Amino acid sequence: MADTRPAPKVGLFVTCLVDVYRPTVGFAAVKLLEDAGCTVEVPASQTCCGQPAFNAGDRATARDLARSTIAAFEGFDHVVVPSGSCAGQIRKHYPELLADDPAWAARARHLSARTHELVSFLTDVLGVTDTGARYDGTITYHDSCSGLRELGIKEQPRRLLAKVEGLTLNELPGAEVCCGFGGTFCVKYPDISNRMVEAKTADIKETKADTLLAGDMGCLLNMAGKLKREGSAIRVRHVAEVLAGVTDTPPIGEKA
Amino acid sequence: MADTGSARAQILGGIRKALNSAEGSEEARRRLATHPRNLIPARAQLPHDRQVELFAAMATEVSATVELLGGMAEVPAAVADYLAGLNLPAEVRVAPDAALDPIPWDQRPTLTVTKGRARDSDGASLTGAFAGVAETGTLMLLSGAERPTTLNFLPDTHIVVLKRGQIVGTMEDAWDRLRAAGGADGGRGALPRTVNFITGPSRTGDIEMRIELGAHGPRRLHILLVED
Amino acid sequence: MQPTTHAFPENARKALSDERLQKVLAIAPAGFVNRRKQAADRLPEFEALRDQGRDLKNHVLANLDTYLEAFESKVTEQGGHVHWCRTDQEARDAILGICRKVGAKTVTKGKSMISEEIGINDYLESNGLTPIETDLGEYIIQLRREPPSHIIAPAFHLSKADVEGTFRQAHTDLPADRVLDEPKVLIAEARQVLRRKFQQADVGITGANIMVAETGSTVIVTNEGNGDLTQTLPRVHVVIATIDKVVPTLEDAALVLRLLARSATGQEASAYTTFSTGPRRPGDLDGPEEFHVVLLDNGRSALLGTEFQDVLRCIRCGACMNHCPVYGSVGGHAYGWVYPGPIGSVMQPALLGVKEAGHLPNASTFCGRCEAVCPMRIPLPKMMRHWREKEFEQNLQPAAMRRGLALWGWFARRPALYHAATRMAVRALGALGRGKGRFASLPLAQGWTQHRDMPAPEGKTFQQMWAEKKLAEKKGKR
Repeated sequence: MADTRPAPKVGLFVTCLVDVYRPTVGFAAVKLLEDAGCTVEVPASQTCCGQPAFNAGDRATARDLARSTIAAFEGFDHVVVPSGSCAGQIRKHYPELLADDPAWAARARHLSARTHELVSFLTDVLGVTDTGARYDGTITYHDSCSGLRELGIKEQPRRLLAKVEGLTLNELPGAEVCCGFGGTFCVKYPDISNRMVEAKTADIKETKADTLLAGDMGCLLNMAGKLKREGSAIRVRHVAEVLAGVTDTPPIGEKA
Repeated sequence: MADTGSARAQILGGIRKALNSAEGSEEARRRLATHPRNLIPARAQLPHDRQVELFAAMATEVSATVELLGGMAEVPAAVADYLAGLNLPAEVRVAPDAALDPIPWDQRPTLTVTKGRARDSDGASLTGAFAGVAETGTLMLLSGAERPTTLNFLPDTHIVVLKRGQIVGTMEDAWDRLRAAGGADGGRGALPRTVNFITGPSRTGDIEMRIELGAHGPRRLHILLVED
Repeated sequence: MQPTTHAFPENARKALSDERLQKVLAIAPAGFVNRRKQAADRLPEFEALRDQGRDLKNHVLANLDTYLEAFESKVTEQGGHVHWCRTDQEARDAILGICRKVGAKTVTKGKSMISEEIGINDYLESNGLTPIETDLGEYIIQLRREPPSHIIAPAFHLSKADVEGTFRQAHTDLPADRVLDEPKVLIAEARQVLRRKFQQADVGITGANIMVAETGSTVIVTNEGNGDLTQTLPRVHVVIATIDKVVPTLEDAALVLRLLARSATGQEASAYTTFSTGPRRPGDLDGPEEFHVVLLDNGRSALLGTEFQDVLRCIRCGACMNHCPVYGSVGGHAYGWVYPGPIGSVMQPALLGVKEAGHLPNASTFCGRCEAVCPMRIPLPKMMRHWREKEFEQNLQPAAMRRGLALWGWFARRPALYHAATRMAVRALGALGRGKGRFASLPLAQGWTQHRDMPAPEGKTFQQMWAEKKLAEKKGKR
């Protein structure tokens, strides 16, 4: 069916960790969005959504960063984020954070309503059912906490992964249990965080998958770092890389 | 307790200040007077026959045993056989409850029946019940001059006589029956001193999370479900 | 009980290296999680009931004065006494006063978190009375002089061998060569020992899961039947409860009960749910001659109207801790006081102050699993964040973290500088790490690299690569 509507104009909120650690995820996201008929822009004035400050109890900084993010993303039909955590911050917490600021409350709500996590945007808003990718391997999938519990992302990545040619999904026992990253938690309480990620990598190995996927760079860095420390050969990638078929970059934590 | 009055005034005053309320709320008083129902699960909203089945199934699920009897006349034999089947002494301590008077104990002279509150030495008790709640297989027992609470907890074996007609769907239905009976306590409208909802025999999971029956209360709960 | 909440990191480290505890934690919480899920799945209305539970408790809190007064007047009407207490000390004194008045020597106790909160056992003991816990788990830890490690399974950190050792040490009047190898036998022994105590006791103290304003009833929910013996056999029944436990009517109690057992143990209903209204009636053959309710505030009313009000909806089911990965890693004792897990991380700062308990709201990944299962839908992560805000306002966080955060915040507010700085950092780190793809150790990141590698960045930021790509496209077009 020919769609004569103009292409949706999407602003990509890159997220700090993708920007710094894994630009590949950003390019995979752009490809997925463009393939689905969007035009994508990346405002240069974006930095961080402010979640680290928000969760540290520094509301003033969190509010400042929320305002500048809102300003950076006005004028887009949709704002798309390759992270459930940062998307959750904008969708769920910006309106609350700026509720008492008459100049910004409505703008915060407006951005909240237009902001989506990448994979759920593809399935739920654009109606994508197949990204046409191929990946030869057995994967397992970890549900990142914010995406799962703040945004209800559970079936969407699985639906798209099921259509990836050559891919087998072995479900991860305890997929809904936190990996122990938790932002600054992992460095403030390293021993507890370690116990949590140890339990997670044990579950991951149990699945006999050769690849671990998730939708959030924080969790991925944590789980990849632990798997590599344990000498595991399991490859770790952001789900967008596999869905976009952008897998020429080495897996997270591995050399070129 | 000289300062109880001031503690009361301070606590209530603090609450009123936080709530911005001076003399309480009409809405709250209305709720107390009308006691509206909350959401009632569909599970027990059934014809009475099905409620009886559900009651028996749920009670069995929590390790109670249910025996169907045609009338009160069958109770003595059922009690004697139940105790004999478990190699327990043929003795039962019975609530001095007028509702249990139709039981013809003299038909089983080998069964020793005494009446009164439970004593430490009693191995088995028999009581009536006010209602059975089908939703969870729960018995509802009221305390009173004829219904000592100790019978429900001290003996190792608790036998309960429940009439089919006493089975209701939910706890809310049971409360309604109790209210209709004037609180079943001399018509004062107040609840009896003790209302026991009993769902299966006593149990504990406190040692290594393994469920064991008979922690402090009865390890056996046997329900005689009697035709009306 | 002297809190050790300030020492949470050390407590946690100890717990993490306690192999026996770790073995229990690897199994027990999962059991609770599975059973709760089965119970919730079995009742199609469960989620709607949670909504109603939340709304009910919000309604109660908005009308708390009216319901407390109604409750009090009904208790009095039935011949009971209500003792209003502002603080833990007032509650201890009220209970001691009741015990003294009847010349009590032995006091049996049902399980009550509030009695832990006010430290009633130590207080009665130091005043010459003998308090005896009768809930099996509480009895075991009382003999061991340990605090509970879980609010509904107080001894779940112990093995049956631990219990055997404890009983052998405590029950010296029983034959030393008796066999105590099975839970069944251990339970039978405790039952036998405690039966004597129930008969001796002059006063029985229980908590209350619910207070019903309509009837002046207090409600306890147990599985063992110890609470019923505690309140039926002695001459005096004392109920200790906090003001947030009141509900309007019997119908409302039914709503709470539908949520409580399922959330706590995954049962459809606990074995015993008991409504107590006043003392023994004329003609009654048993039951207590006196009925007292010690109605405690202890900081609850001060939470009304604050960002922490929602925590007063709690019905103490323990589901939050059963589902918490932090609790599941360190167990209950690490939290250093009465309430562990997510509910403790919100309650303990309120009751002990952020200075003592400030670690707890920080020791969370905000994974949100607690809120997802809370029968009263208490936004626990949000309230932990509010405690972090209090700490931030009061400058209580570690200086290094504050400075790091401030520096990062300064850059993040200045996009051009931020992108320049990240470009430089990523170039340096990328060049260093490209050989192996990761770092086994990194200065300033030991908290991370102590336990795991740090994946190396790709070498350029996305923003940089995107700008380059756009520039190339523009040139290509020209």
